[in-house]
Amino acid sequence: MEILADEKIKELKDIANKIRISIVAMLYNAGSGHTAGALGMTDILTLLYFHILKHNPKDPFWKERDRLILSNGHTCPVLYTTMAYAGYFPKEELLTLRKFGSRLQGHPHREFINFIETSSGPLGEGLAQAVGMAIADKIDGNVHYIYAILSDGEHEEGSTWEAVMLANKEKLSNLIVIVDRNKIQIDGNTEVVMPLLDLKDKYESFGWFAQEVSGHDFWELNNAIYKAKIHREGPSVIITNTIPGKGVKEWENDYKWHGKVPNKKEAEMAINELSKNYA
Amino acid sequence: MLNQSLKLNTKIFDENPDKKSTRSGFGEGLVNAGSTNEDVVVLCADLTESTKVNLFAERFPNRFIQVGIAEQNLASVASGMAAMGKIPFIASYAMFSPGRNWEQIRTTICYNNQPVKIIGSHAGLSVGPDGGSHQALEDIALARVIPNMTVISPVDAIEAKKVAVACATTKEPTYIRLARNDTPIITTEETPFEIGKAQLIFVPEVGLAHVGIIATGPISYSAILAAKELEKQNIKIKVLNLSTIKPLDKNSIIALAKETKVIVTCEDHQANGGMGSAVAECLAGNYPVPIKFVGIKDQFGQSGTPEELAKHYKIDTSSIIEAVENILKKKIS
Repeated sequence: MEILADEKIKELKDIANKIRISIVAMLYNAGSGHTAGALGMTDILTLLYFHILKHNPKDPFWKERDRLILSNGHTCPVLYTTMAYAGYFPKEELLTLRKFGSRLQGHPHREFINFIETSSGPLGEGLAQAVGMAIADKIDGNVHYIYAILSDGEHEEGSTWEAVMLANKEKLSNLIVIVDRNKIQIDGNTEVVMPLLDLKDKYESFGWFAQEVSGHDFWELNNAIYKAKIHREGPSVIITNTIPGKGVKEWENDYKWHGKVPNKKEAEMAINELSKNYA
Repeated sequence: MLNQSLKLNTKIFDENPDKKSTRSGFGEGLVNAGSTNEDVVVLCADLTESTKVNLFAERFPNRFIQVGIAEQNLASVASGMAAMGKIPFIASYAMFSPGRNWEQIRTTICYNNQPVKIIGSHAGLSVGPDGGSHQALEDIALARVIPNMTVISPVDAIEAKKVAVACATTKEPTYIRLARNDTPIITTEETPFEIGKAQLIFVPEVGLAHVGIIATGPISYSAILAAKELEKQNIKIKVLNLSTIKPLDKNSIIALAKETKVIVTCEDHQANGGMGSAVAECLAGNYPVPIKFVGIKDQFGQSGTPEELAKHYKIDTSSIIEAVENILKKKIS
């Protein structure tokens, strides 16, 4: 895999910043949705779509493409926006989020936008689907990588752990899971609502190759994904420590921004702050 | 008399007709489906032998996935495999799949419209001694309310075998309801089968029928025994085998109602929300007639032999006869 040159990192940072501005604008326009997680995961999705994934936006059903499952579907503004910037559909369409007749449903629905890999929203189901894809790929001779993005909160769903066990049993080395460890959920801090403790430890005890990195350091994240790809003994997980609301100081690490959107003033303030990154 | 245009089993009225469970027939059909299509895969949640998918697992070990006691995972993993082009059959008891994993089936299978085939074995009171916790009496209701889902409840082992082969070729998510116990073989290998097509398995020798009975699953045997018994009282019956509960064969149901003006439905399931309710929804909107529902009346089951339970919960042959006699009194001619 290509090493991330300084130039490339600069380019990725620039794209991520533009994506964050679009996310704020689309959520303001939508009037409802989830802000903190989308901004916190922007760097991860940017790296995946602009450096890691084998994909072709001009041919979304290309058989050889890697698969990316977004399990925590409520963060879909970041998926939609990143895919639009990657060239899957016009950026103008982002402003239709959550509106009647839009392809951009409040939570992703394949019937409306058939080139996403799965519908999601109800938590604790994405990993199992990714495991199913990885098993199918293993039967067909391991020709793809299957990536799954999970929130930390959905590790409170027992079904997530059913999938964790099966992935180890089937030794799915084509499966790479990225956990958005932002430590917030709707009702508060994850460690208060339901202590998840050390997720890396937990995955290791289930037989996985586990790493923990910053979700905002492109170089570190890229390295971790590279190590996961060359690990051929079983499934890999990367716990990425992220800052919910990343990029807008006032919103960072505040769980109240999990499920709310900015009003006009707040959106202007945020876009103004993000725009300064170009200075 | 048996409708012999369907080439049914002529020995069905013998004292001891040949019997076999629908789960066994389906298990055999699955091997046939797997032989002709390499994309067919089977997943099971620790009930390989009792759901009879062991036949497939032994023949195609590389296409069999044991997920352990984890029905939620069973459904979602299958959805992921279907997204990669496989045709997954998932096997468990009806109580746990679609009982335990209903939301996974709704979201990951039906909302995505993936061709996953859900095998719910040990459905109905006929599980017998295991008791009420294991007797799925709500599964038809659970399955048929989900958009995109096909629901099939085979009448006997031979039909179940054909269902396995047929649904391996369709793109729809499908729920197949199977029973544990050996039940009489009503059809033959020559009997035609098509998903979505109901069949009149019992008809009067001459003339029009007085009462239409619509049955689904192995209880159809009790329905034709009832019909034969009623013939002696000169009450003419048509019995419609409604194996496919969704999509509903509305034309056959409406045609029967138009002829008989009264309907009795029979199922080894709650009367609430099951096959009878589907029939009632259809007729209420198209050709309203009085309906008597033979099914479980808002109760849980208990331990006993299938025969004892059918009698106690009033879904046996004499309960069907009684329902026919009662509904005849409501008939407005």
